[in-house]
Amino acid sequence: MTLLMPAPEPEIMSRRNEVIARLRAILPRESLIVDEVARRAYECDAFTMYRALPLVVALPESVEEVRAVMALAAEMNVKLVPRGAGTSLSGGSMPLEDGILLGMSKFNRILEIDYENRCARVQPGVQNLAISKAVEAQGFYYAPDPSSQIACSIGGNVAENAGGVHCLKYGLTTNNILGLEVVLMGGELIRLGGKHLDSEGYDLIGLMTGSEGLLGVVTEVTVRLLQRPPVARVLLLGFASVAAGARCVGAIIARGVIPAGLEMMDKATIHAVERFQPCGYPLDAEALVIVELDGTQIEVDHLVGFVHEIARDEGATTIRASTSEAERLQFWAGRKNAFPAVSCIAPDYLCMDGTIPRARLPEALAGMDRLAKAQGLSVANVFHAGDGNLHPLILYDASKAGEVERAENLGFDILRLCVSLGGVLTGEHGVGVEKRDLMGEMFSDVDLEQQMRLKCAFDPAGRLNPGKVFPTLHRCAEFGMMHVSGGNAPFPDLPRF
Amino acid sequence: MQCASATLDIRDEADAADAICAANARGVSCAIVGGGSKSRLGRSAPQGQSLSTRALTGATLYEPDELVLSARSGTCLGEIEALLDEHGQQLAFEPMDYGPLLGSAKSAATIGGVIAVNASGPRRIKAGAARDHLLGFRCVTGRGEIVKSGGRVMKNVTGYDLSKLVCGSYGTLALLTEITLKVLPKSETECTLLAIGGDEAESLALLRRAAATPCEPSSLAMLPAGAAPLALDAHAAAIRLEGPAISVTARRDDLATRLASEGLRFETLVEADSKALWRDLRDAAPVAGRTGQVWRISVAPTEGFAVVERIRRAGAPMLAHFYDWAGGLIWLCVEAAPDAHAAAVRGAVDVGGGHATLIRASEETRANVDVFHPQPASLAALTRRVKESFDPAHILERGRMRAEF
Ligand SMILES: Cc1cc2nc3c(=O)[nH]c(=O)nc-3n(C[C@H](O)[C@H](O)[C@H](O)COP(=O)(O)OP(=O)(O)OC[C@H]3O[C@@H](n4cnc5c(N)ncnc54)[C@H](O)[C@@H]3O)c2cc1C
Repeated sequence: MTLLMPAPEPEIMSRRNEVIARLRAILPRESLIVDEVARRAYECDAFTMYRALPLVVALPESVEEVRAVMALAAEMNVKLVPRGAGTSLSGGSMPLEDGILLGMSKFNRILEIDYENRCARVQPGVQNLAISKAVEAQGFYYAPDPSSQIACSIGGNVAENAGGVHCLKYGLTTNNILGLEVVLMGGELIRLGGKHLDSEGYDLIGLMTGSEGLLGVVTEVTVRLLQRPPVARVLLLGFASVAAGARCVGAIIARGVIPAGLEMMDKATIHAVERFQPCGYPLDAEALVIVELDGTQIEVDHLVGFVHEIARDEGATTIRASTSEAERLQFWAGRKNAFPAVSCIAPDYLCMDGTIPRARLPEALAGMDRLAKAQGLSVANVFHAGDGNLHPLILYDASKAGEVERAENLGFDILRLCVSLGGVLTGEHGVGVEKRDLMGEMFSDVDLEQQMRLKCAFDPAGRLNPGKVFPTLHRCAEFGMMHVSGGNAPFPDLPRF
Repeated sequence: MQCASATLDIRDEADAADAICAANARGVSCAIVGGGSKSRLGRSAPQGQSLSTRALTGATLYEPDELVLSARSGTCLGEIEALLDEHGQQLAFEPMDYGPLLGSAKSAATIGGVIAVNASGPRRIKAGAARDHLLGFRCVTGRGEIVKSGGRVMKNVTGYDLSKLVCGSYGTLALLTEITLKVLPKSETECTLLAIGGDEAESLALLRRAAATPCEPSSLAMLPAGAAPLALDAHAAAIRLEGPAISVTARRDDLATRLASEGLRFETLVEADSKALWRDLRDAAPVAGRTGQVWRISVAPTEGFAVVERIRRAGAPMLAHFYDWAGGLIWLCVEAAPDAHAAAVRGAVDVGGGHATLIRASEETRANVDVFHPQPASLAALTRRVKESFDPAHILERGRMRAEF
């Protein structure tokens, strides 16, 4: 194992019984999981390579209970890890042996649907898809649609700033949140935003979104609802090379079209998908591009024609446009099944998540090929092509000696490659534990210190989800915060305000 | 006014870092000035010196088919818009020009200033605010450290999203040196459907109905009778539709059918007239031309009318107002008073939640009245800790947002 978590603090471990006793005074019996076998169910999230048994699992039901647990954690100086549905692919909700795992699954109610203001107030444990389901009869939906949407929670989406196949046009979680209620370590309750747009003052909603459970626990979310477009149609475009597919994606955007979805997959994935569940993808293509256009009938038909022309000019070898809703869903089925399909061609796979400037795609793929060969492994690729977000799936066999390590090393190499091409370590899955030690590839020490200083503004004792995101743990005092008492403030001769 | 004693021209990041470190050592607060179009925006709080970004200019990256543009922070907004225009692209959040409203030069804004105040126009309800288009930036913090965040790609969750934080921070956290934005294609065409003749509440309800159709309006405003720039004889709901010509026409017809009711008459403004209208509304034309103090109020769309009624009932002398964002944004001009009628305005907003910002008032009023909506104690304390994580000695724009920093 290459990633190390901070060693459990013996001082906390030795007080486990006391922590449990104090929690019992706050929570009903059934809301506390103490027994080892039951705790095992929580030992990892969807980044399954790393596991830890939580000190104890607390499942609060009300904001008051969350506040009380967080006040207790601060008072007893015990670590706390928030958890939604546990589908994080980066280890964000992986427990700590010396930390309380705060499961938000009981916060599963939709509190208010306000169609006139086009928003809904929901508890953080509500499933992403449940929101769209609750409003679909009125023709509305919640736009960000991660592939995990039948499982993941909206609180987890906020913490990871989750994206989906439609985020090119409709944005990520951060573009679709109006308000948050947050509890800080220590139990303080903060309300941000509401049903109105763009609260003045610092945009703490924006900061909380994507903060990976390190700043506060979200106890309520106000999401924007959108009117569902009346029509959507999909074009399937096959290309003789990945470069040609990438050029076509660029041409569509350059000609002024922002499709609702713009996805791409390589030959390995096309074949895996067709074997898993045939859906009519062209087996002779080196790359498949899926373009979804939505809006009113007249506009969609117009745009389908326009994109068809562009694809023809860009040398597409296959062009098919859906003519019915059933066909549209069939065209999507392969993409939606990509992950399960890939797990049928290899015993295990590791899903990576880098983003690159789209024009560098051919270089990125060639580089990945080279890196994979060096590790003796292979990679299948699905991309959110519109925004350059890559999901290389590293195929390996955990039962073979050394393969886990080689897969991990290849993952790191691929992410370094993304950064060297002008991209970033993670497009939507988060840093968590998985990419923590690579942060230095993208950020200088000064950059990271500024981010950690912000963490100190929210959590001065550094007890909320520590060991994630930042490669090194610091005490806040080391950063010379002004509110640190004593003579160690950075500009001691200045007047205080 | 106490004139800023010195202006330092910032030519690069190293300059900015030196200047801010020196300011820290001497305890001198710094204003950050681009084009100066917003120098009368925010609390009036004289600073010890000015740091000018006017020499920090030029686009550093523009890749139209990747929808990305980077520019140094002192680059004129107009220059950026002209560059984008050559490729049929735009800043979809429609940054407002504060010049006309605040009586400063028109078209003077720099891109750094646009980001610093999160300036967003009528299309905000569909396309998002400035904060939704900032992909990354470089800056020098109040500690004098060069820091970057984000990147140039559309999707990025690596580390905290500091882009959101600097948007709307009025220079109180960092001096932005370089900005990377998501840019978007311009629509092929646009038109505006005017529904004239309802009363104020009806016209606003009509906007909300329009928002709930699949016709994808990109802006929804309500102009009381006589309001500039249209000066109609009755109240009007204005609905902007953008997209391919064939679709715009069809959606306009569809909307007119869906919204038709007795006593309403419909008119259509085609491309150039439609553009001119929304440019004027972006710059708050209905209130900009009036003398008086101006408030900008953001509330839930259904609350807009009630808020205005409450302000009226509380006795604030209203001179002009109009609504944008489907009723959620109110621009209000009141007769000038030393307290800017803050209690009436904020009291009306606090009933249902939202915020009211005092945009235009004398320097004296902006020193004595909270320009930004007061915050509950716990949020104020957190805000201050966030500020101090970037600028522990309150060097940048001291007092511009909050009296306490
Ligand atoms: C098959 C599969 C497909 C996926 N597809 C996508 C995809 O398309 N797009 C995408 O973006 N992601 C995707 N993911 C990743 C994952 O689903 C998302 O990151 C999701 O947002 C996590 O939600 P969760 O409720 O499971 O959170 P968890 O995994 O429980 O937690 C994730 C992080 O959020 C924090 N957290 C959770 N709840 C709260 C709260 N209430 N307050 C504060 N912090 C909290 C945790 O501490 C942790 O850091 C996929 C995952 C799987 C397994």
